[in-house]
Amino acid sequence: MTYLLMQIICCYLATLGFGIIVNIPHRALNACGWVGVLGWLTFLGLRTINAGTILSNLLAALMIGLSSMVMAQKLKMPMILFNIPSLVPLVPGGQAYNAVRSFAFGHDLQGIDYLVQVLMIAGSIAMGFFIAELVARAYFKTVLK
Amino acid sequence: MQRYDLIIETVLLAGKIMIENGADMARVDDTLKRIARNSGIEQPKIFETTTGILMSIPEKRSSQVEPIQKRTIDLEKVSLVNQNSRAYQAGKITLKELHDNLIKLNISTPFFSFWLQLLAAVVVSCTLLLMYGGKWQDLLATAIASGLGYSCYYFINNHLRIRFVSEFLGSFLIGLTAVLAVRYSWGYEVNMITIGGVMPLVPGVPITNAVRDIFAGHLLSGSARALEAFLSACAIAMGIAFVFRFM
Repeated sequence: MTYLLMQIICCYLATLGFGIIVNIPHRALNACGWVGVLGWLTFLGLRTINAGTILSNLLAALMIGLSSMVMAQKLKMPMILFNIPSLVPLVPGGQAYNAVRSFAFGHDLQGIDYLVQVLMIAGSIAMGFFIAELVARAYFKTVLK
Repeated sequence: MQRYDLIIETVLLAGKIMIENGADMARVDDTLKRIARNSGIEQPKIFETTTGILMSIPEKRSSQVEPIQKRTIDLEKVSLVNQNSRAYQAGKITLKELHDNLIKLNISTPFFSFWLQLLAAVVVSCTLLLMYGGKWQDLLATAIASGLGYSCYYFINNHLRIRFVSEFLGSFLIGLTAVLAVRYSWGYEVNMITIGGVMPLVPGVPITNAVRDIFAGHLLSGSARALEAFLSACAIAMGIAFVFRFM
């Protein structure tokens, strides 16, 4: 329970912090933090039930895409304001770091292994956003017309 | 004649501000077309890339170009342009007022102060360190590494204006601090300290925009942005690799 609470607080603060770095409007900061928390919780939950890295990243990105769409509608602001900071915890920093480390020490095969992981994760996040976009288009076509 | 000139000028200015500050192309396209349509132009022809905008009004047989040379990240300006175009659509402000508002917001939108940004960068690093399963004992080292790295990145970006060198030197400093901190037993894991410290430098805006642009059909802008993100990532990686190679 403490672990979960710590994860939520940390994720909220991390998303908020990145929001400040890219200077999003003050009004959007709070909503942005919650979108980030939602995405990260999806990721954590799926990882705990062993759904695999790719699927967890994909669904977390889908979650971020959908919830930032809802927030964008509600606050009448562009969607990227919520997308960008919430995405940051999902960035495969650890794998990228390991890839660089392996290449620097001359373990090329291991480096390529990590690099492929980085590309797969990046691709799955992109796919998640893509599906969110599709859902958004379908929603606007059917409901609002 | 006057009116058409003002329309083109306003549309190009709005586009310039949005692209300079990191909006995605689908949003830019939508906003510009909306401004033009609300000014009474049925079929505005607008072509935008990350490095320039072209606009013409078919019945006038003339077009204008707006080159875009600098690219920074300031999402508040994007949001403000969006707000102004909505107000214009709702008929709350006139075209002249829209034009004046755009000029005003382009020079005088407040940015969060450097110290707040530095604090934000430190918070991002420390919280991500904990989220990725780092040790509590590494918090201080991460905060110092991230603060130093981000200050260096910010200074080079804002005063010397050299892209990619800022990421390189920033991540180099972060790696150096991490290695030194562990050597003098202020921290435990070089890996976690470095990963946490580098996180504020991650090119989040180009990555997200690249994906969105490509899926929205703006292949030119999408691949340009993907390249930008890739170069930033490479610069960060080079900085870290330097530390490993020589320490």
